[in-house]
Amino acid sequence: MMPHAGEFIFPNDMNGVAWTVMIVLYPYITGLVAGAFVVAALYHVFGRKELAPVARFALAMSFSFCAFATLPLLLHLHQPQRAFFIMFMPNFTSAMAGFGFIYSFYLTLLAVEILLVFRSDIVEMAQGKGVRSLLYKVLSLGVLRETAKSKQIDAKWIHALSIVGIPGACILHGYVGFIFGGIKANPWWSTALMPVIFLSSAIVSGIAMLIVLYVLFSKLRGVRVDDECLRSMMKTLWLFLILAVTLESLELLNMAYEEGAEWHMLSRLVTEKLRFSFLYVQLIIGSSIPFVLLLIGWMKKTSPRIRVTLGTISGLLVLVQVLAMRFNVVIGGQMLSKSFRGFVDYIPEWQGREGILVAMGVFTLPFILLAAVSQILPVWKIDAHDH
Amino acid sequence: MSCCDKKGPKDACCETQTQPKGFMDTAESRREFIWDAVKNFTFGAMTLTAIPLFIEKADAEEVHTGKDGKEVKGHTVLFGYLVDTTKCIGCGGCMLACKKENDVPDGQFRTWVERYVYYKDGSVHVDVNTKGTFAFTELPPLDAKEVDKAFFVPKLCNHCVDTPCIQVCPVGASYKTKEGVVLVDYEQCIGCAYCVQACPFGTRFINTKTQTADKCTWCYHRIEHGEKPACVDVCPTGTRTFGDINDPESEISKALATNRIDVLKSYLGTRPKTRYIGLTAEVV
Repeated sequence: MMPHAGEFIFPNDMNGVAWTVMIVLYPYITGLVAGAFVVAALYHVFGRKELAPVARFALAMSFSFCAFATLPLLLHLHQPQRAFFIMFMPNFTSAMAGFGFIYSFYLTLLAVEILLVFRSDIVEMAQGKGVRSLLYKVLSLGVLRETAKSKQIDAKWIHALSIVGIPGACILHGYVGFIFGGIKANPWWSTALMPVIFLSSAIVSGIAMLIVLYVLFSKLRGVRVDDECLRSMMKTLWLFLILAVTLESLELLNMAYEEGAEWHMLSRLVTEKLRFSFLYVQLIIGSSIPFVLLLIGWMKKTSPRIRVTLGTISGLLVLVQVLAMRFNVVIGGQMLSKSFRGFVDYIPEWQGREGILVAMGVFTLPFILLAAVSQILPVWKIDAHDH
Repeated sequence: MSCCDKKGPKDACCETQTQPKGFMDTAESRREFIWDAVKNFTFGAMTLTAIPLFIEKADAEEVHTGKDGKEVKGHTVLFGYLVDTTKCIGCGGCMLACKKENDVPDGQFRTWVERYVYYKDGSVHVDVNTKGTFAFTELPPLDAKEVDKAFFVPKLCNHCVDTPCIQVCPVGASYKTKEGVVLVDYEQCIGCAYCVQACPFGTRFINTKTQTADKCTWCYHRIEHGEKPACVDVCPTGTRTFGDINDPESEISKALATNRIDVLKSYLGTRPKTRYIGLTAEVV
């Protein structure tokens, strides 16, 4: 009779997972950064003029989330005071070593692009006296004069930065996927599809968040949601959702079909441990329902009012889907003990540095910054110039 | 021959030389200078980043071939570890010794002993005693009469030649000594736990006392003075053998030469230097 081994996990796994909810939050936040940037780039580079109402806001959103992307990592590090070692003494054989550089590059790019996009307004508001104009004087970096030529140069730079930013966003998020995909010790992570899956789901989450925030801010400001803009975003979201879910399913299908050495455990991981978060939330509630709602939503016949409702609901569902996907990858992968004989229990803590309460707190910070940015800069103004 | 010696109309090179303009006189040349500086800096930076990659490779080769390591009796030292599972009685003395020698926190393990029990119905029971003296004092579940075979497998860091843990450490806190021992620099470790994820054998953990990555060091503080690791010293049955695998006269070299040797998870290609006698397919 063929021997079949019972449950057993390695003793060091008995203390739970090493990467907690903070490491779930980190790729979630960077994903929103990349996704929002893609929408801005669709307008600036690919000439999708109907996205003009959200083009500026998308940049502001991308920046606001990017500004806090490192916070979950800092909270996770067991020696946070040594965080900058990753930039001062990087070991380039590590997939993680590039983080500091890629992140700094991207944050700088976003900050510069925002300053350029809003330059005319900043210069205008910097005229005069008072505390408020002082703020704009600082933001203008001391250049209070604008000429036709300088505007032309700014426009060129915005275009160039948007172009550079697209592969930048791909690297920023594809790299996050590679951190997991490059671990041969973990069969749930180790796949070359991982960076592409992370990237496509990042774009999905970014567009979804943009739809939800666009509708919310429009209600708050008492203005009508631009129908063409919303429809275009929903159509793009629908397309990327199909791409993301296809890739996620393909990865699982491939594992199931090959029935490799660890499949007996991976199948249990999916059907038992991650039954709720993977099968129900990620695949059914978060993917199938938005797929139908978005399809109805972007069709021309659908009335604008219903479109707003469908867009918001599917946006929220997709946001939950991507969060579940991050959880299923990060936590799910660690649930599988390296003994391949048993599962590590994950019991999230509420309080503590890496607890759910702190994670929720961290996740509210980008929204606060975004609200502040939208007070300081005219994020809803539609750019007059064409690229 | 410079271009100016040529006969015929003056070419571009001579034109610029005869120009009275000095270095960086025009916006044009300033732009060129800045552009050149950017190009050169980028190229230089890329070259400098690439160099450590080659050095790393060279180091790995040295460890593998034993070049430039510590010279003893005319050869370089390369440490190895051999576990003879046919001798282990599961007393847990090694786990206790390791904990005391290295101040390993409760519930965390640099080494442990797994028990494999094969039943007549085809099932295999695997467990480990993580409490008390770590000795297996209780019988495994089910009727002992139903048992086909049973044995113990001590586990510890494999001190691989091609280490995934060193590869993934973002700050280079995980490193390998010339004698092939894989260590963690506790002063440099940022505690990101990437190495914990990358180790296929579950031997790394974040030490709850030091808040850094931790693992078996083969008792480096002992072996550098010619002593044996605490677990090897304390083992009453000679299950664990440690020594210089580059010395053909060492106990471990003789045992490696005369036994059928296996390693854990060989399919991952990490080339462990902790090797085993008497493994079965069920041991991972």
